[in-house]
Amino acid sequence: MLQQAFNGLVGGAFYALLALGLAVIFGMLGVVNFAHGAFYMLGAFGSYVLLDSFGVNFWVALVVVPVVLGVAGTLLERLFIRRLSPLDPLYNFLFTFGLALVLQDLVKREYGVQSQPYPRPELLSGTVDLGLFTYPAYQVFVLALSLVVCVVVWLVLTRTRVGMIVRAATERPELTRSLGIDVGRWVTPVFGFGIALAGLAGVLAAPMRAVNPLMGADLIITVFAVVVIGGLGSIFGSVAAGFAIGLVSALGNLYVPALSQTLVFILMAVVLLWRPAGLFGREESPS
Amino acid sequence: MPRTDTTPILTVGGLSAWYGEAQVLRDVSLQVGEGEIVTLVGRNGAGKTTLLRCLMGLQGRYSGSISFLGADLTRLPAHRRARQGLGYVPDDRGVYSTLTVEENLTLPPRVGPEPWSLARVYETFPRLAERRAFPGTKLSGGEQQMLALARVLRMGARVLLCDEPTEGLSPLIVQQIGEILREVKRQGTTVLLIEQNVHFAATVADRHYLLAEGRVVESLDNDEMRAREHELLDYLGI
Repeated sequence: MLQQAFNGLVGGAFYALLALGLAVIFGMLGVVNFAHGAFYMLGAFGSYVLLDSFGVNFWVALVVVPVVLGVAGTLLERLFIRRLSPLDPLYNFLFTFGLALVLQDLVKREYGVQSQPYPRPELLSGTVDLGLFTYPAYQVFVLALSLVVCVVVWLVLTRTRVGMIVRAATERPELTRSLGIDVGRWVTPVFGFGIALAGLAGVLAAPMRAVNPLMGADLIITVFAVVVIGGLGSIFGSVAAGFAIGLVSALGNLYVPALSQTLVFILMAVVLLWRPAGLFGREESPS
Repeated sequence: MPRTDTTPILTVGGLSAWYGEAQVLRDVSLQVGEGEIVTLVGRNGAGKTTLLRCLMGLQGRYSGSISFLGADLTRLPAHRRARQGLGYVPDDRGVYSTLTVEENLTLPPRVGPEPWSLARVYETFPRLAERRAFPGTKLSGGEQQMLALARVLRMGARVLLCDEPTEGLSPLIVQQIGEILREVKRQGTTVLLIEQNVHFAATVADRHYLLAEGRVVESLDNDEMRAREHELLDYLGI
């Protein structure tokens, strides 16, 4: 059971990284980024292509792929999302949704729907003795790295002026503008950063999950549920809910396997009935 | 255009605004003189909040002119208007739950010639000093209102745009807010205030504009306001 709980935390690490990006993007831009899963998939494919075609190893990909995707994200925000923002939010829903389909199909065209293999980096191919059980070293690394990333993001958000501005702009973008802060200037880097996190999750997923064009689409639905459970726009809530949902679905898998796919959504319904704004969401924001 | 006795710091001309198809402001013109406290009085839905949102650059669709310290604001985005010296205190007080009390205070950049130091803020509002590390929304309603006022004073705003700061607060707190507004006036800061409490308005402000159905229907001084207090209370339905 402990081992299953650990599996859950590792799964939760992916939810947390993806939900964190979605939450800051949603909070600051008011955009539900349906393409988030596609960028996760591109992260995994990016590292696959780097290794397969250029012989670039995992460690380099771990840095290069998120950076490249982050830059792509900033361009995307500048060229498209920013222009659609003044319109009905539906336009950006449709845009990011369409973009996700386009990216998926482009990858599908090139590599087909079958999964591509990606070996674990040699350094992490063994197992680690965690005292109560032994566990694959790679999974331990994934969990540790995503915890470090979440903690660093947390420190930046809570201890720096930039973080204060991002928190304020995530909670109340309009109010923050009226207090003299150029929220628009921060939107592009925050969007790029959110995409980079999705890319990082993708790179981390490559050695332990099937690398295929639909891997993001499968995962992102659950991540949306995670973000809703944590409280839309709540940064802390999305990370906490990410790890919690990972844990719950892994344990659910163990005890009620039949429910494993639906458990997250049942949980979401219960949370929403109990707290309509999510666990860490604000009750309402009068405008 | 209604008169002011001092140099105008804020001049609004022919302002109209819409929410979708509904017109909520119709050709509003008014002036606020430097160092004055001016109130906007009117029923709910008369367009008072929309007027402040237009001034702050938060209202989507509007036409007309807004000039502040002689410069045209009409095309400036909200954050630039704030940096010119407009300090907005929204009707919901605009306190962040994800920021501590102190972060709420220090979030806006310093803009004016005379921004309050944090020490002065804490001296004037000792409750905020005690609770500086608390999340902003853990404060009581009155304390949140103090926080919202203190925030624009620390920012150094030249004109405070306050959307009903006394709404729903106890008489004691209302009195404190009155004292703060008088102190703000003594240092030469200008205030444009939405206020339903006619009596309170007459005790803190210099002049009053009465709004109805999106228009300025009257401009009153304090004597007129006091003389017609009962009539106005009836009209406002309070």
